[in-house]
Amino acid sequence: LTGSHHPSNQVEQCKSPPSTVGKQGNMSSEPGNCQNHQDHDPDHGDAGPAKQTMPMPVPNLEVQYTKIFIDNEWHESCSGRKMPVHNPATGDLLCEVEEADTEDVDKAVQSARAAFQLGSPWRCMDASDRGLLLNRLADLVERDRLRLATLEALDSGKIFLMAYFVDLMATVKTLRYYGGWADKIQGKTIPVDGEYFTYTRHEPIGVCGQIIPWNFPVMMFAWKVAPALCCGNTVIIKPAEQTPLTALHMACLIKEAGFPPGVVNVLPGYGPTAGSAIAHHMDIDKIAFTGSTAVGKLIQKAAGDSNLKRVTLELGGKNPNIVFADCDLEYAVEQAHSGLFFNQGQCCLAGSRVFVEDSIYEEFVCRSAEKARNKVLGNPLVPGVDQGPQIDQKQFDKILELIESGKKEGATLECGGGPWNRNSLFIQPTVFSNVTDDMRIAREEIFGPVQQIMRFRSVNEVIQRANATHYGLAAGVFTNDIDKALTVSSALQAGMVWVNCYNAMSTQCPFGGFKMSGNGRELGEYALQEYTEVKAVTIKISQKNS
Amino acid sequence: MLRIVLSRTLPRISGISNCQYSAAAIPVPSAQPEVHYNKLFINNEWQDAVSKRSFPTINPATGEVICQVAEADKADVDKAVKAAREAFRFGSPWRRMDASDRGLLLSRLADAIERDTAYLAELETLDNGKPYAVSYSVDVPMVVKCLRYYAGWADKWEGKTIPIDGDFFCYTRHEPIGVCGQIIPWNFPLLMQAWKLGPALATGNTVVMKVAEQTPLTALYVASLIKEVGFPPGVVNILPGMGPSAGSAIASHMDVDKVAFTGSTEVGHLIQQASGSSNLKKVTLELGGKSPNIIMSDANMAEAVEQSHFALFFNQGQCCCAGSRTYVQDTIYDEFMERSVARAKSRVVGDPFNMKTEQGPQVDEEQFKKILGYISSGKREGAKLMCGGGVAADRGYFIQPTIFGDVQDGMTIAREEIFGPVMQILKFKTLEEVVERANDTKYGLAAAVFTKDIDKAHYISSGLRAGTVWINCYDVFGAQAPFGGYKYSGNGRELGEYGLDNYTEVKTVTIKVPQKNS
Repeated sequence: LTGSHHPSNQVEQCKSPPSTVGKQGNMSSEPGNCQNHQDHDPDHGDAGPAKQTMPMPVPNLEVQYTKIFIDNEWHESCSGRKMPVHNPATGDLLCEVEEADTEDVDKAVQSARAAFQLGSPWRCMDASDRGLLLNRLADLVERDRLRLATLEALDSGKIFLMAYFVDLMATVKTLRYYGGWADKIQGKTIPVDGEYFTYTRHEPIGVCGQIIPWNFPVMMFAWKVAPALCCGNTVIIKPAEQTPLTALHMACLIKEAGFPPGVVNVLPGYGPTAGSAIAHHMDIDKIAFTGSTAVGKLIQKAAGDSNLKRVTLELGGKNPNIVFADCDLEYAVEQAHSGLFFNQGQCCLAGSRVFVEDSIYEEFVCRSAEKARNKVLGNPLVPGVDQGPQIDQKQFDKILELIESGKKEGATLECGGGPWNRNSLFIQPTVFSNVTDDMRIAREEIFGPVQQIMRFRSVNEVIQRANATHYGLAAGVFTNDIDKALTVSSALQAGMVWVNCYNAMSTQCPFGGFKMSGNGRELGEYALQEYTEVKAVTIKISQKNS
Repeated sequence: MLRIVLSRTLPRISGISNCQYSAAAIPVPSAQPEVHYNKLFINNEWQDAVSKRSFPTINPATGEVICQVAEADKADVDKAVKAAREAFRFGSPWRRMDASDRGLLLSRLADAIERDTAYLAELETLDNGKPYAVSYSVDVPMVVKCLRYYAGWADKWEGKTIPIDGDFFCYTRHEPIGVCGQIIPWNFPLLMQAWKLGPALATGNTVVMKVAEQTPLTALYVASLIKEVGFPPGVVNILPGMGPSAGSAIASHMDVDKVAFTGSTEVGHLIQQASGSSNLKKVTLELGGKSPNIIMSDANMAEAVEQSHFALFFNQGQCCCAGSRTYVQDTIYDEFMERSVARAKSRVVGDPFNMKTEQGPQVDEEQFKKILGYISSGKREGAKLMCGGGVAADRGYFIQPTIFGDVQDGMTIAREEIFGPVMQILKFKTLEEVVERANDTKYGLAAAVFTKDIDKAHYISSGLRAGTVWINCYDVFGAQAPFGGYKYSGNGRELGEYGLDNYTEVKTVTIKVPQKNS
């Protein structure tokens, strides 16, 4: 679904904890476990001076917000139903959260519609003040950064330091970036033929439904609400049922920052009920969805079945990462590794088809497997741990099933290949070599810590194979040859191409997919188009002059 | 020059549109704020002038000296340019900084200025003479808004990739120009500083700024905030000094890449010449005006009178965009005149620290005498003095709000920029006539038209040769909207996205590729 925000930088920032701390932090591993805790794991080597300043999770964090947020108030669900929220690292119940359904969506839409009325405080507000509100929200997120990062790690199982340095940093930057755009979304005056004066107004679309996934809960929240609010829309956002907690904390900050009631409504709930109600709603003007390609199709159909609401989709990927023999090998191995294993492999951007040139193939596989073996699994709140649990049982089972298919279809298992730590949702970092393009693990999105390494010989061959997928989200290429870099990056059918880097994302840079990886773009200036209607106003005048 | 539209945050006082602030919300000022900084700011350090000279800065409300300020000259400009050049060196912290972090620094500067609003407003009023209520609710908030606006641009100033012919890949980089000299005037000291720094820093330039010798104090305090929020040394250097010495040294400097000047058209000529005589540095100029304000007979009379009064008298008439030629259609001329005179007579002139004061002193004795000279010429050349016309207090540089009627286009007061509280009202009959007369000037900064008729509004706004046209309003400024002049009123635009162009070099990078594909 999504990737990280400058992960390479962030990984550097997280380097300092010594591996001994990591060991202490590990959950007891099973005998015979493949994890090899070396003292000199390159990701966790020297303890730098940053050790003292390393943020620590908030101890014994209590969940403060568990209700539905409509009209700047907390509501219980109309049905009276609640849903359980678990910590995937322990399986413990964190809390119960009010479960939104159709009736709650209706309430939220009414509130969002009222907030969008002509003459409402939100519609009459100066654009620069919308920007100021987003900036204030960024300040509040920064203030609560530790709490939000802790909540995120508890709820999603992601590494606390990653949540702190990557997810929360990206959230703050995204809010600030779009805060800056609010009063820079400029219409045009247009030299039409005849005695007319024509100008365009870039108006908000209206009530926007937004459905976000569980892999980067708070960051996806910011990616969705920031451009929508910057353009002046109102929002109904459904966080994933697995990870509603940071979104609810954000709701509280939205109220504190001073957004008028109804501008943002946050409804925790399930896809087939609340999500479907949003997608089919006759009074929602636009829907933005991030999630699987299968559900993306349902969203598009729902828009067609209902009111032709505008649809933007950020969906799955099976992203090629192409490594040429003339690259910096050690660096490419490291980037390909983090390009796949980041966030427990739960990234739509994951570089899950690593194409390696023939002459360096064996060396690349060997080093990649060594890197994977060195990964430290354990409690995501503890420094030194670099892989947490998968999000839930369903994902866990799906990943293991795909690993079994890889073994059965004849790929070579270099390391990992099974669960880690009985009765938990952890999966061993897994590397397959000798993967062929027809295997399921080469075609289907695994969304887990499973790296496929394929062999290639020529530029044209690898371009053709890399593009032979119905996905088109991201791609990487590693080479020191400028011609190869430019040729491959032009030829790849993907929304993002990274040259000699991977997952290098930033809020200024657009993000989205070719083909079945989605429709439209998020982030950057491009995202503003997805949240504006253009109105051309033409006025008859008595005499035109240039 | 300016009015901020504060209606969202402060109550609108209907019918008093030039007073869109609530006196209740403004803290009681100290009329004697302490001056903390009076030296040159170079490389984030306070320095005496190389010559050791200093000059006095005067409180125009009393004529008394506030303090001595270090006086920059050519040697100090050289030092500042060296610091700015070093800060701009390839690989320097400033050059390597993320654009979003440049934006964050500008945001932090806006926050620090907002925090110190009351103090800065006191200092501005002390040094410049403008009413404290205006400093507090117009000048400082607009500074904050301008800096926040350009903070947002820092990481949104995007180059392009360009589909050129052949097997090439072509893109543009928007690079900073380099060391920018900036020379600012005394009429809106803080605001002009923000207008200059915002786009220059958002785009990654370094700055050597000369502030006006009449009003150096607030700029120096802002310098301390620039250091406080964390701009690297040498990025901003602030030099109080005189035009013919320090200003000239900047304009003629061989290692200054660009100069931006706001001030008189006369000095604008000198700046352009200096660039031509030295290193062809890029020049942007915001100069004088003699802006027409056209009142059609179908306009809302009360609104037109009030806005026209504000258009001229705001800031003691010391605005380059002052509506100093008020053209009124003949059928409403008498009523408009009568109401305008009544409004001018009711204008409260006095101690700028008094909350009721609408008009303070002129900035200095030179301006004071020059304006009185123009008033004499108006009388001499046969204009009809309707009110005012003289000195308004026995000390300080106060002038009575003055209105001339029956002004003819050929009179000196209808042709030259007075830069004081002197309103010229002229009569016209037809649309075509007034457009022609309004354009019959070497200036082209601003203009306005008051009418309810959509066709007239479009006809006049298209026909006027001016960088800014206001319809049924005047002096409406937003950081988002460009500002600058046609003809002798200047070159280039400040504010808005357009303001970024004047601080950017475009670099085209073209790379040979083996094979191009769409």
